[in-house]
Amino acid sequence: MTTQTSTEYEKYYVPEKSRLAICATIGLVLSIYGAASIMNDMTFGDPSQPSNAWTIFLLGLFFFVATLFGWFRTAIKENIAGMNSAQLKKSYVLGMFWFIFSEVMFFFAFFGTLFYVRVLVGPWLAGEGEAGRMNHLLWEGFQFSWPPATTPQEAVGIASQPIANNGSFTSQETSMAFGEVSHWYHWLPLWNTIILLSSSVTVHIAHMGILDGNKKKFNLWLAITVLLGIIFLYVQAVEYHEAYVQFGLTLNSGIYGSTFFMLTGFHGFHVAMGMTMLLIQLLRSLKGGHFTADDHFGFEASSWYWHFVDVVWVFLFLFVYIL
Amino acid sequence: MSFEAKRLWKLALGPVLILMSAAVVGAEVNQVNMSQGATEVGRDIYNLHMLILGICTVIGIGVFGVMFYSIIYHRKSKGVTPATFHESTKVEIAWTVVPFLILISMAVPATSTLLDIYDYEDAEMDIMITGYQWKWKYEYLNENGENVSFFSNLRTPQSEIYNTEDKGQHYLLEVDEPVVIPVDTKVRLLVTANDVIHSWWVPELAVKKDAIPGFINEAWTRASETGIYRGQCAELCGKDHGFMPIVVNVVSRDEYNDWLGAKQAEAAEIKALMAQTFTMDELMERGEAVYQRACLACHGAKGEGGLGKAIAGSPLATGELGAHLDVGINGVPGTAMQAFGGQMNDVDMAAVITYQRNAFGNNMGDMVQPIDVFNYKKG
Amino acid sequence: MGDHHHGPAKGLSRWLFTTNHKDIGTMYLWFSFAMFILGGFFAMVIRAELFQPGMQLVEPAFFNQMTTLHGLVMVFGAIMPSFVGLANWLIPMMIGAPDMALPRMNNWSFWILPPTFLLLASTLFMEGGAPAFGWTFYAPLSTTYAPPSVTFFIFSVHVLGLSSIMGSINIIATVMNMRAPGMTYMKMPLFVWTWLITAFLLVAVMPVLAGAVTMMLMDIHFGTSFFSAAGGGDPVLFQHVFWFFGHPEVYIIILPAFGVVSQIIPAFSRKPLFGYDSMVYATASIAFLSFIVWAHHMYTVGMPVAGELFFMYATMLIAVPTGVKVFNWVTTMWRGALTFETPMLFCIGFLVLFTIGGFTGLMLSIAPSDFQYHDSYFVVAHFHYVMVAGAVFSMSAAVYYWLPKWCGKMYNEAMGKTHFWISFIGFNLTFFPQHFVGLAGMPRRIPDYALQFADFNMMSSIGAFIYGASQILFLYNVIATIVAGKPVSDDKVWEGAEGLEWTVPTPAPYHTFETPPRIDPDHVHS
Ligand code: HEA
Ligand code: HEA
Ligand code: HEC
Ligand code: CUA
Ligand SMILES: [Cu+2]
Repeated sequence: MTTQTSTEYEKYYVPEKSRLAICATIGLVLSIYGAASIMNDMTFGDPSQPSNAWTIFLLGLFFFVATLFGWFRTAIKENIAGMNSAQLKKSYVLGMFWFIFSEVMFFFAFFGTLFYVRVLVGPWLAGEGEAGRMNHLLWEGFQFSWPPATTPQEAVGIASQPIANNGSFTSQETSMAFGEVSHWYHWLPLWNTIILLSSSVTVHIAHMGILDGNKKKFNLWLAITVLLGIIFLYVQAVEYHEAYVQFGLTLNSGIYGSTFFMLTGFHGFHVAMGMTMLLIQLLRSLKGGHFTADDHFGFEASSWYWHFVDVVWVFLFLFVYIL
Repeated sequence: MSFEAKRLWKLALGPVLILMSAAVVGAEVNQVNMSQGATEVGRDIYNLHMLILGICTVIGIGVFGVMFYSIIYHRKSKGVTPATFHESTKVEIAWTVVPFLILISMAVPATSTLLDIYDYEDAEMDIMITGYQWKWKYEYLNENGENVSFFSNLRTPQSEIYNTEDKGQHYLLEVDEPVVIPVDTKVRLLVTANDVIHSWWVPELAVKKDAIPGFINEAWTRASETGIYRGQCAELCGKDHGFMPIVVNVVSRDEYNDWLGAKQAEAAEIKALMAQTFTMDELMERGEAVYQRACLACHGAKGEGGLGKAIAGSPLATGELGAHLDVGINGVPGTAMQAFGGQMNDVDMAAVITYQRNAFGNNMGDMVQPIDVFNYKKG
Repeated sequence: MGDHHHGPAKGLSRWLFTTNHKDIGTMYLWFSFAMFILGGFFAMVIRAELFQPGMQLVEPAFFNQMTTLHGLVMVFGAIMPSFVGLANWLIPMMIGAPDMALPRMNNWSFWILPPTFLLLASTLFMEGGAPAFGWTFYAPLSTTYAPPSVTFFIFSVHVLGLSSIMGSINIIATVMNMRAPGMTYMKMPLFVWTWLITAFLLVAVMPVLAGAVTMMLMDIHFGTSFFSAAGGGDPVLFQHVFWFFGHPEVYIIILPAFGVVSQIIPAFSRKPLFGYDSMVYATASIAFLSFIVWAHHMYTVGMPVAGELFFMYATMLIAVPTGVKVFNWVTTMWRGALTFETPMLFCIGFLVLFTIGGFTGLMLSIAPSDFQYHDSYFVVAHFHYVMVAGAVFSMSAAVYYWLPKWCGKMYNEAMGKTHFWISFIGFNLTFFPQHFVGLAGMPRRIPDYALQFADFNMMSSIGAFIYGASQILFLYNVIATIVAGKPVSDDKVWEGAEGLEWTVPTPAPYHTFETPPRIDPDHVHS
């Protein structure tokens, strides 16, 4: 990308007024209203009362996604029409960069939680450490390990629960961490690591391809990347099924289940998003003939996102599965 | 001074005068500063507070002094021409370094006081304090023999709160049963909560510690004077957060021992009752009282329900006894229905369950005895 | 492609579909004022209830809803959007850009806000009432024990965060990419600098808040145990995550205010800002420190003593860069040629009262003393000194200062000054006595209090009504100016004003800087 000079500056494109923002807002607000209503029906609701929460949610979501689709379409059309100055392109780059940074901070909150729970809270609940010295009075017999063998509540028994109304938690039967060496080939996270790391390589090869102007190479390797993304998601789904059905690990399994599913779940969601983004780029390239050696920002942004998702996985693999 | 300057001054004087007179008048009727309290730590904190306040006041006078000097003498209406200087590395370094040094001089006494507060060793006795929505439970931990434990509720009547009666002297700061501790004794407080976060705060004992459900925090105090000290819950804990006061009665050691003896005797009495078998009438009478005290707020005077489900005709209260007992003892997780098993003794639990099964038109005719509750809890 | 000289469209569609930074700025400003009135109305309910001991007007449960919504609406609805509005209006004009970097997204950032606050306010009418767990929504009061409306609250926070993040990304991209040639970083007006740093803070911490509410959502509806010890979690975990966002948040509120004051004081001192460079470094230091002090809100939760000491020392350090700022402002006034138009009065008010609030902040940072101050009205007094006299006063100053440039008409100076003095007196009467009751032991967030606090509370309530009423004057003055103010024609409305925004015609045309302005390379900074 060329740097800004005063000659490029004079042609600044101020978009015409646009309905996109309002439509996106309506879709977004409807979908959160619907989603919140669905959850409230689930937890507080009366099943005999019919509810239109799902209708509102799906309607809103459809509207929202459709608007976003239209939004990107408009942006792409403008670019192809040559309306975008170098400066605007740089604004898009900055926008994408800081958006990814905000995503990093979102994961930071959950990794911070994992760290805090494993390193501090667990031992405290088991009566260790300066802040936990007296906690054995509440959780008599609770021993901490990671993953925890029991929840504190199980350790003292439901009937004598020291805290009112906390819900009830059960612990998992098996941990998701690496088990016996002889079973390494059954261990899905390892395969997923390999899959995702290679997908970062393939997307890079695709990038090299487009930089060379080699569309064939680009399409091929991008398609492989998308495929790897789909395989990753499939394996992840298989693993979740195993966790729920075979290992008894659920969202209700105390803090281990909570952190496990939240971290891997949000990661999986981001993989799905990234995969969709790459898929769209692929379709653009195949169907629309988009992208040239020096104009392929849509792909580039998606590939940055993909690398980001990959890096998050490396941390996940390390802190959730290995350590 | 120009006309405008004078006007400005007069205007500026207004709020200052209001505040000053507020402070002076206030000082006669009301307390305006932190109290030194009845403990050594409290006095340390007070001194620290005054030290920092003093330093800040001096800095403030300096900064505002310079500013007001400019405001008075460097105004355009005096015909000054503005200077043009806009930086000076020396000055800027000075006013970075000097505040830093001042901060260090604050940090030193602060650190030593903090380490004092955190020194829980050598306590002579332990009291476990548990916050409930919206009352406190005190438990005197005792290695040999029975623990003494009781709840401490707000005593101020609704009529005072809703202004239909004159407010008493200790309005909102009075409880049915104060916690009693001996003077000149290092008492360790083990603070926890049963539902949401509360915070146990008695300013004059210089203790504020959050009560976190599922965790026990330590704090300690050593009162050097006898007397009654009052405080309040200091962490938003729901509707009646403003109505869960704390009263600590600091007494001589002898008085304390007498009091403790009496409480232990009382506990023994309840224990004796627990072995007893009651008649239906006895249970119903006691149960009605317990219901009104503990359940009515949510389940209504006629068992019609409210925040809680209706008891009248409830499938549980008219169904199998075990399930009913279970709800009373263990509550319903995830709802406002608390686990009352830990909050009331077995006699009261037996009575209230019996009452619920036989009042409000629920004519089950069956009874629960204390021993049943005891056995149920045992599993 | 739009022709470059189109003016504003007519009617409602102008506002709904606009991509113009000035339109969007205007909408943000009006929206935030509406929220200020709403939040102020909640505050009036609080103060009316606290006028006398005993329950007067509302029930305790409703009182808690008022406190909660007051805090939320003021912080997220009034203060933050008001400064985003200023940023929208001013940043492009100050750096010589034609508009914000991503204009359509800019419009979206704004339009998310009104329906979201409508949703939040509608919780008042839901079964179980509105959120009643304080603007800090500590678990488990906000999870297991929360009313059903909490779900709507959680999703509202999510989308408010989205709006803030998009707004900040836009500001970052604008400042980094749209400066006119020659406008180097160290020539940018301080308002632009403080906003750039604020935007970084926002992008860094809003996602963490989103994480916190997401965990709440999971605990409430999906059986996880992040904030429940019984399952191996910890209620205090919530507080760590919240304050990791919450503390930087308070600097998000105050840094743009610092920027405003740094523009206005030099203008009415007729003298360049003293210590421009050190102002920039001080702002950056404050932002950096704000990430490592969060647990000073949690001194009483029972942290290990080492943590307590670390957070105490780090917090105290913030006094140094903040002091640098205060000293720089005072030195800017020193030997200037001062005049005291309304914006300047508000800035001087800011300077005095913010410093007092800063001093009480420093007192709060001393962990052992905070055991006595925490969750008392002393804290309430502290943060209203920094937020009302800090953020709201500087916002008032900004409106008076730039209003003539925005609408080409002069406000009524006498009315402006009256607004200042009534505000100043009302404000102090409201919040100064709260120091006293706080020190004497009155907890915050209570609907009723013991008799010894009665006098000061009554004083405080009277002050609050005075302060509130003075805002009517403000509103009237602004509307009267727009409708029938005396036209100004000078580009440079104020004798001492500096900066690119004063080089464009008054009122500022719909599109400014269609060609980049020339920046004098010898000029130190604007
Ligand atoms: C605009 C918002 C804002 C700002 C700028 C600040 C600024 C500061 N705050 Fe404040 N604070 C809040 C908003 C803000 N705060 C809010 C909303 C809460 C309550 C939240 C809740 O619980 O609801 C709170 C609560 C709060 C607490 C927790 C209290 C408690 O709950 O127990 C603490 C404790 O350390 C604290 C400290 C500080 C400090 C040290 C500063 C410093 O930045 C101040 C620095 C400034 C100065 C010190 C003055 C100028 C300096 C000089 C003239 C130099 C020389 C001075 C010396 C060397 C002394 N604040
Ligand atoms: C920037 C944020 C901000 C602002 C501007 C304010 C402004 C005000 N605040 Fe607020 N406040 C908070 C942020 C803010 N507050 C926060 C975060 C809390 C903590 C919440 C919690 O505990 O969770 C809090 C808590 C809080 C409390 C403690 C409540 C409690 O602990 O129970 C009180 C009590 O006096 C109070 C009072 C006021 C008053 C009187 C104003 C006034 O300045 C408001 C003045 C404005 C108006 C009145 C509106 C405009 C005027 C009109 C429309 C004219 C009509 C009005 C009349 C004729 C009266 N606030
Ligand atoms: C703070 C409020 C509150 C108090 C006090 C309270 N309850 Fe409840 N109670 C509830 C709620 C809420 C429910 C409904 C729980 C649910 O959703 O299943 C309930 C349900 C019950 C039920 C089950 C009714 C049914 O048909 O499912 C019984 C039995 C019961 N409570 C007994 C008691 C007893 C005994 C006491 C006093 C010792 C008491 N409750 C005090 C809130 C309360
Ligand atoms: Cu208990 Cu507040
Ligand atoms: Cu803070």
